[in-house]
Amino acid sequence: MGRVDGKVAFITGAARGQGRSHALRLAQEGADIIAVDIAESIPGMDKFYPGATEEDLAETVRQVEALDRRIVATKADVRDYDALKSALDAGVAELGHVDIVSANAGIFAFGEQSQLVTDAEWEMVNDINAKGVWHTAKAVIPHLIEQGTGGSIILTSSTAGLKGTPNVVAYTASKHAVVGIMRTLALELAPHRIRVNTVHPTGVATDMILNEATFRLFMPDVEHPTKEQAAPIFETTNALPIPWVEPIDISNAVLFLASDEARYVTGTELKVDAGYTIK
Amino acid sequence: MGRVEGKVAFITGGARGQGRSHAVRLAKEGADIIVVDLADHIPNIAYPSATEEDLAETVRQVEALDRRIIATKADVRDRGALKAAIDDGVAQLGKLDIVVANAGICVVEDWENTSVDVWDQTIGTNLTGVWNTVQLTSRHLIDNGGGSIIMTSSAAGIKGLPFLSAYVAAKHGVVGLMRAYATELAEYSVRVNTIHPTGVNTPMGEMGNAFGPLLEAHPTVGGMLANLLPIQATEPLDQSNAVLFLASDESRFITSLEMTVDAGNTQY
Repeated sequence: MGRVDGKVAFITGAARGQGRSHALRLAQEGADIIAVDIAESIPGMDKFYPGATEEDLAETVRQVEALDRRIVATKADVRDYDALKSALDAGVAELGHVDIVSANAGIFAFGEQSQLVTDAEWEMVNDINAKGVWHTAKAVIPHLIEQGTGGSIILTSSTAGLKGTPNVVAYTASKHAVVGIMRTLALELAPHRIRVNTVHPTGVATDMILNEATFRLFMPDVEHPTKEQAAPIFETTNALPIPWVEPIDISNAVLFLASDEARYVTGTELKVDAGYTIK
Repeated sequence: MGRVEGKVAFITGGARGQGRSHAVRLAKEGADIIVVDLADHIPNIAYPSATEEDLAETVRQVEALDRRIIATKADVRDRGALKAAIDDGVAQLGKLDIVVANAGICVVEDWENTSVDVWDQTIGTNLTGVWNTVQLTSRHLIDNGGGSIIMTSSAAGIKGLPFLSAYVAAKHGVVGLMRAYATELAEYSVRVNTIHPTGVNTPMGEMGNAFGPLLEAHPTVGGMLANLLPIQATEPLDQSNAVLFLASDESRFITSLEMTVDAGNTQY
């Protein structure tokens, strides 16, 4: 018997990285999946790291189906409420219900002192990371309330949702906003037995941080910094002696919060941060 | 394959209630258990004390799961007895991976009627007892190449609650202890976290009646004891599931976390 047997999980940003990992971990434990991802390059982001692709999203589908679970995957941007809601509604129509929500889609733009950040970059980051989370909640809450069987909403914040990060102002603001959304939703939805929590990863070994642009944030003088050069510097940011965590570590926290093992956990900021925030 | 297969857990206050539930939950997932409990009369508390029969019942339930358990009658305030129980358990079971500092007491009194005895007894068990537990076990965890320490704080370790001043002070103290140990032990891959229960359906929960007259006299603070989710109290298993998550390798990079299992009590 899986730990989330028979449940359906809605996951944004599911084409790769943490989102795909959440889809697989929940599917391994018996859940069916409704997945969305923008699955295309985002203008303004290419200088940081490449966008997810339709092939990535298809690979998530393949891997979930290989576990004998059902998945409804749609190409949709969390900034586009109507598209997001249509994707969710279609998934619920096909799979019957929705019980778990992982608002995971996010982007990481960085590198400029706050006074140099452009309005365009601020809006792009906050539209995806904060407004996209709100859109996700807004689309799913009516389903959860109508079903009357409770639910678990898990919002992906960050260590940058708990403390400041120099030269990362838009992202840090957006991830703090996610905590505010969580706290408000936890209060509003508790009478319906809908739980709302955040997860706060330190660096996770995905394309979002394992790229030259991110490495250069730590080594501005190195022209082509490598993962091997970056690891010991990343390690100095964590208390535990590791450079970064793996997607599965975040997925295990998401699984706990998604399952009935956490049926009375709401309003929690669940750090999976190797002690980043205590340094 | 259990989620803590092959690990050894030390649990204080394991005769009944949350402590027994933690022992059984961890044993179900493959852990062997070292357990202590005072298992004797405790003055001043408004609920029955745990007994040696309770401790024997924990042993029976763990052994029924085909796991090993070493149980000793010991007070967490008595460092000599506690150290002997820990060292003996580790010697018999071979190592130590998980520590659950769970033993605690709770006395309901308003600020004016909290006696020196109650203060000393509460701080002694709920705070100094936790320090004794973690100071006397940490070397075993380090020798084993890492581990997970889980301290039982409370919703009252995050916010004030009325008529529990000694308890609130002790449980806030536990958070400070957790943070300090998390910083010092991270280099050894020892993780240190707290859990923060709201009311739990255990013998200790029976003291809830003691709030009645105080809340009638001071109704404005009554809401602070209520849960956000529509339940009166959690079950011991709910706390044990959080302990299991923090004890297992699923949380291998989680440290210095205040894990609330409080039905939203601290959210308002």
